[in-house]
Amino acid sequence: MQSVTLPTSLDEAVAALGAMPAAVPVAGGTDLMAAVNKGLLRPSGLVGLGRISELRGWHYQDGHALLGAGLTHARMGRPDFAALIPALAASARAAGPPQIRNAGTLGGNIVTSAPTGDALPVLAALEAELVIAGPEGGRREIPVSHLLAGRELLEPAELIGFVRVPLLHAPQVFLKATGRTGPGRATASVAIVLDPARRGVRCAVGAIAPMPLRPLEAEQWIASLIDWDGDRGLAPDALAAFGEYVAAACIPDHAPPADGSEAPPLSPAVLHLRRTVAALARRALGRALS
Amino acid sequence: MSSDAATAANATSTSLPRIDALSGGPGGGPDQDLEQPRMGLGSSLPAADARAKTEGTFPYAADLWAEGLLWAAVLRSPHPHARILSIDTSGAEEMPGVRAVVTHEDVPGESNYGRHVVDRPVFASDLVRHHGEAIAAVAADHPDTARLAAAAIAVRYEVLEPVTDPEKAFEAEPLHPDGNLIRHIPLRYGDAEAAGEVVVEGLYRIGRQDPAPIGAEAGLAVPRPDGGVEIYTASTDPHTDRDLIAACFGLEPDRVKVVVTGVPGATGDREDPGFQIPLGLLALRTGCPVKLAASREESFLGHTHRHPTLLRYRHHADAEGRLVKVEAQILLDAGAYADASSESLAAAVAFACGPYVVPHAFIEGWAVRTNNPPSGHVRGEGAMQVCAAYEGQMDKLAARLGIDPAELRLRNTLSTGDILPTGQTVTCPAPVAELLQAVRDFPLPALPKDAPEDDWLLPGGPEGAGEPGAVRRGVGYGLGMVHMLGAEGTDEVSTATVRVHDGVATVICAAVETGQGFTTLARQIVQETLGVEEVHVAAVDTDQPPAGPATHGRHTWVSGGAVERAAKMVRTQLLQPLAHKFGMSTELLQIADGKITSYDGVLSTTVTEAMDGKELWATAQCRPHPTEPLDEAGQGDAFVGLAFCAVRAVVDVDIELGSIRVVEMAVAQDVGRVLNPSQLAIRIEAGITQGIGAALTENLRTAKGLIRHPDLTGYALPTALDAPDIRIVKLVEERDVVAPFGAKPASAVPVVTAPAAVASAVRSATGRPVNRLPIRPQAAVATAPKG
Repeated sequence: MQSVTLPTSLDEAVAALGAMPAAVPVAGGTDLMAAVNKGLLRPSGLVGLGRISELRGWHYQDGHALLGAGLTHARMGRPDFAALIPALAASARAAGPPQIRNAGTLGGNIVTSAPTGDALPVLAALEAELVIAGPEGGRREIPVSHLLAGRELLEPAELIGFVRVPLLHAPQVFLKATGRTGPGRATASVAIVLDPARRGVRCAVGAIAPMPLRPLEAEQWIASLIDWDGDRGLAPDALAAFGEYVAAACIPDHAPPADGSEAPPLSPAVLHLRRTVAALARRALGRALS
Repeated sequence: MSSDAATAANATSTSLPRIDALSGGPGGGPDQDLEQPRMGLGSSLPAADARAKTEGTFPYAADLWAEGLLWAAVLRSPHPHARILSIDTSGAEEMPGVRAVVTHEDVPGESNYGRHVVDRPVFASDLVRHHGEAIAAVAADHPDTARLAAAAIAVRYEVLEPVTDPEKAFEAEPLHPDGNLIRHIPLRYGDAEAAGEVVVEGLYRIGRQDPAPIGAEAGLAVPRPDGGVEIYTASTDPHTDRDLIAACFGLEPDRVKVVVTGVPGATGDREDPGFQIPLGLLALRTGCPVKLAASREESFLGHTHRHPTLLRYRHHADAEGRLVKVEAQILLDAGAYADASSESLAAAVAFACGPYVVPHAFIEGWAVRTNNPPSGHVRGEGAMQVCAAYEGQMDKLAARLGIDPAELRLRNTLSTGDILPTGQTVTCPAPVAELLQAVRDFPLPALPKDAPEDDWLLPGGPEGAGEPGAVRRGVGYGLGMVHMLGAEGTDEVSTATVRVHDGVATVICAAVETGQGFTTLARQIVQETLGVEEVHVAAVDTDQPPAGPATHGRHTWVSGGAVERAAKMVRTQLLQPLAHKFGMSTELLQIADGKITSYDGVLSTTVTEAMDGKELWATAQCRPHPTEPLDEAGQGDAFVGLAFCAVRAVVDVDIELGSIRVVEMAVAQDVGRVLNPSQLAIRIEAGITQGIGAALTENLRTAKGLIRHPDLTGYALPTALDAPDIRIVKLVEERDVVAPFGAKPASAVPVVTAPAAVASAVRSATGRPVNRLPIRPQAAVATAPKG
């Protein structure tokens, strides 16, 4: 390790990265240090982001919250944050054991882009935008889904500064299925966000693909069934149909072969995953509307 | 679950673990503790090292340091099966800071080792037989340099198709000069033509449980001026390891000394010599101390696992549910090397019918070689896999006949005097029916609707997706048995020395404290026999006489017995002069609270006075009665003793997601005699928790022989949230007359029984067959709500 710098502002951090192109930024280190310890990564320098206080909180701007990339899962899990963005708080509380939640950050969850990153489906459902800081005070914004899909990448010496999330003042739910009762990686997760102002339901499914999946048709269909001016309730059949719709959209059947023969059936494990997604989506929407 | 961590955490907690059996049922307070003796047998003496372990100051091998030490790294094969065409170490040797590189060419003595069968190369020479097999090792002045240098060794492989399906191993090309069939036991007992009115069949698969010790393998090797080497490591069988290491170095055993450090969790054989031999070799090569601290990944790749097992069963019963005949085929996947497979197979075949009376049994067992990760000794090996299968069969039979599963089991339970399918008569206490009745009659835990809602931890955890409406509760039973001590003619012997001086006793015995509580027990035995409160247990090394491996509960029995004999000899030395003076035999004198009193209380003196400044020493051995190997029909008195356990599992299953939470495990166990109530409860809780891991999450997955997720995220151990209420509802104290103190070892049998009980409960909750462990979520999904 050649050098470690500990900047105290976002622009200082960007400048430090510019001056030392081989250096790697580190916040909570929960993914980075695991890679270093495994010998997968040997950074020649580190830029520590832990002392940048502007990144560790949030502020408000035009009906949105600008969340600092250095917000820890533990901080996001607290009740005051949960009152603002309930699904993000729920995903933060589900993101591993307390040691990980105390260190791991929102920005780290995004740049690691692990399929099982718990915050990612929530950010996708919220259609969050990333505020990216570049050299000489430069700022640009990209949708989180563009980064997760690899459509846009971080340039050298760029850092995620903030995550812009709409404040929707409506129920949101995050549910995840895991292999054990204790903390574990998601086998599938679902985020449901209601947007009463736009009369929309937004849903994202995590952990089953390299990036969160949005079942847009299912969203539009279910939103059209909801009585937005009334009690917003839906019959159990409609909830179940939504679950099936989401699951089939995210885990489609095999395409029929060109010769017109029958498509091979999905394997039992994939069918179980599809059932899991359906149950999660149904339960999540039911809880959001109850 | 690390037994060791559990011991450390529990032993110093302010409240003792709950034993319903000792505190008069559920809700019994800690007032029972007042009736326990303060010291000696039957007291809850805490472990001497509990505080240091809890506070994190207890030194393990990974904490050791020596002036000028070098760091070792091992190059491991990325392929499960490959021919090695060439190994070029020049890239590593040229790196600055690298002090030595060793391969198979540098092993001066035996090129193979093995605790049970010498069939495993120290370093692969021409053939790689499993993923992670060691190929070379490097010593360098920095751990990173050592790792980089290991990666710089160029190995050319001709990758071969791995044999990963044990059923195909019979026909496959031999993977080893010894052939692919490690052992075959065709057990024949009774009449092959016998048939029952009802027949049920089942196919069961048991996954690969890893011992997953909390502390990974580590060691420090220090060269000695005489050309020998000292190895500091958490070996659980130091003398065997020393002999193997010395043979590989071409040295006499006395030139190698294994010093046992703290053991950070051991539920199987620990510190495979495959770690220690390269370490020692590098120390001999460089003349410097060399340290190795395995990463978690290396630990998973390097040590042995529980045998993945495939079992086919056919149970015959009469219309009342009494067993007539059991037919079974049991196939153990031994992985690339034999290790403890022969012994595991013997246990699997002998206990294939479980603790039930079976007039006719025909069991075929095989252990075969594959290119999968090597299997070896893990607590309850063999017995655990068959328990999950025969209990599945008992559930099937109960369902077929419409008899309550507990009742069906009660109609068949084994008792003392019955005969096992190996032809061995059960001579020890076998209170199987009593155990089952105890767990069956124990009140069921409250249903969530009767409990405050926030107390209900749903399957999936506190922030999970569980939904009360989709949760079904199930209750299931498991009855398990294990053998104690080495089987089939193993020479079981241990030697212990007791010294008393100045009111303080010392025990010297090479029995390794693995978390099983041997050192605490040794202190209690000496306290009991000599009335001395302060007892120390010396650290273990191979300069002491051998005590054998820390497996099959043998140290409680064999080493505990040796300590007792030595302490009694010291007692006789101490009392003889007094007895002579008082004109009575030593048996009529009692030692208590530092005082020696005659039986009538008339004569009395203090221990200090009687010692008169002398130092008393005695050494004794304990060697239980011999056993014999199973013959070609699987018959023989192969086991010294047996232990039994009954478990009732209560589970909640989210039948849509297939997520399972174990709510409660009620345990009744045959323990012979309670020697340390607190420690016993800890052992049972740890065993049950390890069994829950095997039932629900613990499976070291492989794909074409490659270990998929060698880390603790991919290999999910039970956490505190996964561990249920463990209620010890009954401890049957029927003394085993041949065992020292009448006590039966207690750690293994809960591991054996718990998975079967959990599977049985999931069957009852979902109506699904559940024939595979760990239980996959898709196997616990029920489409229609249960009746």
